[in-house]
Amino acid sequence: MKLSRFLKTIFMTDFVGGLVIAIKEVFKSKKTINYPFEKGKISPRFRGEHALRRYPNGEERCIACKLCEAVCPAQAITIESAERADGSRKTTRYDIDMMKCIYCGLCEESCPVDAIVQGPNFEFSTETREELYYTKDKLLDNGDRWENVLAANIKADNPHR
Amino acid sequence: MEYINIVFLEVYKILFLLVPVLVSVAMIVWLDRRVWAFVQKRQGPNVVGPFGLLQSLADALKYIFKEIIIPSTSNKVIFILAPIVTMTLALISWAVIPFSATLVLADINVGILYLFAVSSLGVYGIIMGGWASNSKYPFLGAIRSAAQMVSYEVSIGVIIINVLLCVGSLNLNDIVEAQQNLWFIIPLFPMFVIFFISALAETNRPPFDLPEAEAELVAGYQTEYSGMMYAMFWLGEYANILLMCAMGAILFLGGWMSPIEVYPFTLVPGAIWLILKILLLFILFALVKAIVPRYRYDQLMRLGWKVFLPLSLTWVVLTSSYLFYFNLLPTN
Repeated sequence: MKLSRFLKTIFMTDFVGGLVIAIKEVFKSKKTINYPFEKGKISPRFRGEHALRRYPNGEERCIACKLCEAVCPAQAITIESAERADGSRKTTRYDIDMMKCIYCGLCEESCPVDAIVQGPNFEFSTETREELYYTKDKLLDNGDRWENVLAANIKADNPHR
Repeated sequence: MEYINIVFLEVYKILFLLVPVLVSVAMIVWLDRRVWAFVQKRQGPNVVGPFGLLQSLADALKYIFKEIIIPSTSNKVIFILAPIVTMTLALISWAVIPFSATLVLADINVGILYLFAVSSLGVYGIIMGGWASNSKYPFLGAIRSAAQMVSYEVSIGVIIINVLLCVGSLNLNDIVEAQQNLWFIIPLFPMFVIFFISALAETNRPPFDLPEAEAELVAGYQTEYSGMMYAMFWLGEYANILLMCAMGAILFLGGWMSPIEVYPFTLVPGAIWLILKILLLFILFALVKAIVPRYRYDQLMRLGWKVFLPLSLTWVVLTSSYLFYFNLLPTN
């Protein structure tokens, strides 16, 4: 063994150096956040919980074209449609199985009228499986609740689409 | 009547020692996790109570309400006895630790031998747990732990001889008082370093946590334990770590004596100084946990037998020759 290596070993220079670095790190700012109280920044493209949007006059945007149902790689979406009294085609059933969904965002991308979107909400865990079979009412309700954020996100992301 | 009074007084004295020890064990677990987190730029436990101080109590509550699972193929008596032995042995050694010149539960004249003997017995709890579980990971963990603790006990014993040569007494209070003018950390600094590293190995702390190396042995000898029995192993382990820190403070850092014998420092009671020294050593334990990778098993044995044992034996010869040549050998 070389002398320098031997001296390094018996005086434990590497160990002491590591200890000094560790003590320095203790006083640096923390990289983690207190999650339920503080939340990290979310991109406008974030693909979270689904929502069905409405036009400002209250009419639902979805035209039951079933592109999202066709494109969904996990086959999580089920749509049934019928003609309404005023002659427009609307959905009578719009179900998303949130446990099948892989949150790929293809439904949002395929939608010609920006009806189905994925919002910024990721805290929708439930205590039962049944609560994760989202129905049309639930999705429309989500859309009403998050409309301001959803609209802002779509606008922010628009130049990049 | 007289007899009952004496018994009650003793029980009161024991509780007066054990309750603070158990509370500080809980606090020290929090401190350990917090220091570890801070080195890694994390927050650590900070939700339960102020600064997360009550985290250990919450954990203990969880352990109490968890089911105790006893494997059907295990040796049930030994399986249940093992955590009890570990915790009892970790706690009874606190009886001889002097918190000041008078504040000591049992001021026996072979205090350091008692301490050494009890901490050597600690390995029995682990072996019993590993053997009685009748399962491969606990068994391997227990074997590793036994070999490791036996190896490092040897060098700790020789290091203690170094200190005893300078003191001339086995009483822990005498050891502390012998450091009136000069703490033993200054003349015996290499021994302090070896003592510290051996203490890490003795208490199965990283980088010597091979008995519970989670990457290879799941949780070592604790694998089959659950609920309160697991918590008792865990309490015993931390009580042992605290005890090793106390031993280091008494042998090398002047125990309950204040660092400088001048007016404002001498007002502080001895127990506070001892606690501060234990805390300092414990923070070092926690920092080491955060910076070192785990040793390989043959490296661990090599370090114990081929490096620490010859080094500490050489130092015994050096110390005794120095003391003999300059006629400094203690006379009492």
